[in-house]
Amino acid sequence: MIERLVHWSRVKSPWVLHLNTGACNACDIEILAALMPRFDLERFGILLKGTPRHADVIICTGPITRQNRDRVVRIYEQVPDPKFVVAVGACAMSGCVYRGAYNSMGGIDQVLPVNAYIPGCPIRPDALIDGVVKLLNSLK
Amino acid sequence: MEFKVSLGPQHPALHEPISLRMTLDGEIIRDADLKLGYNHRGIEKLAESRTFIQNLYLTERICGICSFSHQTCFTQGVEKLMELVPAKRGLYIRTLVCELERVHSHLLWLGVAGQEAGFESFFMYTWRDREVVMDILDTISGNRVHYSMNTFGGVRRDIDEIQRKHILDSLDLLRTRTEYYLNLAATEPTFVGRLSGVGKLSKEQAIALCAVGPTLRASGVPMDVRKDDPYAVYDEIPFEVCTADSCDVLGRAVVRVKELMQSYNIIEFLLKNLPAGPIKVKAPRKVKENEVFSRYEAPRGENVHYIKSNGSDKPERLKVRAPTLANYPATIAMLKDGFIADIPLIFAAIDPCICCAERLVQLDHPRSGESKVLTFSQLRQMANQRYKNKQFKKKETLWPF
Repeated sequence: MIERLVHWSRVKSPWVLHLNTGACNACDIEILAALMPRFDLERFGILLKGTPRHADVIICTGPITRQNRDRVVRIYEQVPDPKFVVAVGACAMSGCVYRGAYNSMGGIDQVLPVNAYIPGCPIRPDALIDGVVKLLNSLK
Repeated sequence: MEFKVSLGPQHPALHEPISLRMTLDGEIIRDADLKLGYNHRGIEKLAESRTFIQNLYLTERICGICSFSHQTCFTQGVEKLMELVPAKRGLYIRTLVCELERVHSHLLWLGVAGQEAGFESFFMYTWRDREVVMDILDTISGNRVHYSMNTFGGVRRDIDEIQRKHILDSLDLLRTRTEYYLNLAATEPTFVGRLSGVGKLSKEQAIALCAVGPTLRASGVPMDVRKDDPYAVYDEIPFEVCTADSCDVLGRAVVRVKELMQSYNIIEFLLKNLPAGPIKVKAPRKVKENEVFSRYEAPRGENVHYIKSNGSDKPERLKVRAPTLANYPATIAMLKDGFIADIPLIFAAIDPCICCAERLVQLDHPRSGESKVLTFSQLRQMANQRYKNKQFKKKETLWPF
């Protein structure tokens, strides 16, 4: 009974942490734009949280930089289980134009296990909504 | 008693990874230090291995908010190297997108400033109006953020009559909304009370610390690359350089709102005087051996690109000095003797774009003037040595709760 309630609340109201791991800001402003009145991601119960300890889903943007790698892993460990990672944008998926740069790791999946990929450079807010809804449906 | 607090790299007040180390005396900041490099990807090195055309799309991705600034700055530099005169209509469209980008960036900043000041509904309002500009950019270029409009010798997409009319219609809406914000920023007592007197930067300090953009103009220095060293078609456009004398965060907000009004006038002028003709001229693939320095007034201040070519189709060196990097020393001066609660506001007031500023900076030795280049393995050795000598506390004492 309690488990069902927890699962229901997790699907109905996931709290997300926005983690910039070396992105160019474009995906970040599009994520913010998705939370704003026009697209209004909050109607799915999604709330942006400041601390990883409150979050269920980590939205990662950017290819992980060398200096950021250890910090990203530490933030991932701080998120309580069960946790989900969404790689947002082309550089979070494969490195995009930064592929081959000496300081970028070339994708989130090099460091963290990823549950959902959202393509685009940068992503459009509609794509983000689509990706998040698909992730939530897969949890049901 | 003085104690040290570190903020970041992941912190709700900062939207990008940057680390602030502060020495506090009670609630007052006595000293501040910035730790950078969390967002350094190595774009300058990457640019050396790509052709000039490929670099157009790489320089665009230096930053997402002022992507067109970096691309235009690079394009103008390479056009100078190629001794190419761009098509007139192309230049007009380029300037139009420059100004549209300024509008979207300033509206974004206003919202963020409102949020940091605790004015959440203002944040929602400005971001709703920002969508109008995003729609215009979407119809012109086909993308909301990275426009990819520039090419050597002009632009890649033309504007037709329907788009022209759409932009002119949208401008009226934006004008009325911005007038409302200007009124609000100047008269709303809670907003004015929160912003005025915070993050003081005197005129002398601003000049001495080499501040740029709205940060400098809010300290009463009318400096704008568009006026001082006109590029594109800015020498044909009538506009004013907006300044404020209050030297605080409120002044920076007022300067940005006034600049919005100027940008609307510029956009209207450009659309009404759009010349007919081709949008681009043919550009050569290879570039003669030379070097060039290109300046551009980005929404955050003066953006500088240095490009060196060696006769091939790839640049030998690209150096980017983004406006945020120039504003860091001024930020430290603003933070000093301020309250800890004002950090997000002061930091947001320079409109920081950390990914722009994460470039390699080579420092010379202050006394001998020598500069040294370290290899990656040498840096690793230095770091290992440093941590070996450092006395760490035991793990139990790190997290007492």
